[in-house]
Amino acid sequence: MSPVAFIYLAVVLFSIGSASVLLRRNAIVAFMGVELMLNASNLAFVGFSRIHGTVDGQVLAFFVMVVAAAEVVVGLAIIVAIFRARESISLDDPSEMRG
Amino acid sequence: MINPFLFWVIAIVTVVPSFALLFARKAVHVAVAVVMVMVGLAVAYIMLAAPFLGMVQIVVYTGAVMMMFVFVLMLIGVSGKESLVETIKGQRWISLLVATGIGVFLVGVVSRVIFQVQEPTVGNPDAIAGALFGRMVVVMETLGFVLIVAAVGALVLTHVPRLVPKHTQREIAEDRVRVGANPVNKPMPGVYARHNALDVPALDPTGQPIEESISRVLEVRHQNQDEEPYRAHLEKGKPE
Repeated sequence: MSPVAFIYLAVVLFSIGSASVLLRRNAIVAFMGVELMLNASNLAFVGFSRIHGTVDGQVLAFFVMVVAAAEVVVGLAIIVAIFRARESISLDDPSEMRG
Repeated sequence: MINPFLFWVIAIVTVVPSFALLFARKAVHVAVAVVMVMVGLAVAYIMLAAPFLGMVQIVVYTGAVMMMFVFVLMLIGVSGKESLVETIKGQRWISLLVATGIGVFLVGVVSRVIFQVQEPTVGNPDAIAGALFGRMVVVMETLGFVLIVAAVGALVLTHVPRLVPKHTQREIAEDRVRVGANPVNKPMPGVYARHNALDVPALDPTGQPIEESISRVLEVRHQNQDEEPYRAHLEKGKPE
């Protein structure tokens, strides 16, 4: 079996993650959808790294993990700040921000 | 090359729990399902000759990131109900269509490429460190900077400035005396009552139940005992 199968698995996971971001209104669940999309791209990176026989893809996946960790820290802090301000984490509520 | 049986196990272990992101009602269930996806992906990395990344995946994602999600869920309330009212008409079907479109598009791109699979280079810590601290050392330094900025940003975002000066215990006590409120502690629930349980009101010297002696939390949850039976019991035992 070829490692290309993992690229297709990454595509499936990315689609599920994007559907979650578009569908769910709970901010934390949508955020976990973003995490799933990042993980799917990591899987694609590692799969391509295996196909090409180098470690460059793995180093890139490592960078994505570091940036994702920083993003989670800031994102969850924003969610907590919004929850403190308006007692809700629904993504529909801050719609008064529209211009 | 790749063990097909192991691949299908990983595919099931990652894809099936990830559907919880679409269908699970409670955010905690989603978090646990995503932890499962992360562990499956770690096994996939080890299969793809990247053992270092597999370990980092378990430590960083299941250990740190998902636990932080669970912490925040605990902080802002687990029982957050999700409103099912659509503010944008037909959003459900449009978003499903868009997500399927992304998937079909990516599968179309990948299926048109002819891959020539090379011999793998095992991504052990030595090989990763050679790339990380050799050619990409500037990126590594920049990522350290990004992490510091993110940590300070999280501190700033969750910091609440104090609007009024903090009351000391002496000021609270003096305020209570000035208003004329009862200066002593409220009686514990269950004092002189029939039971010493937390949900039974204490009795005052005249034998009447003191409603304030029960914790406010129990009242909000409707877990306190109704005091009518106690009152009736006391009335019955009272001499005429």
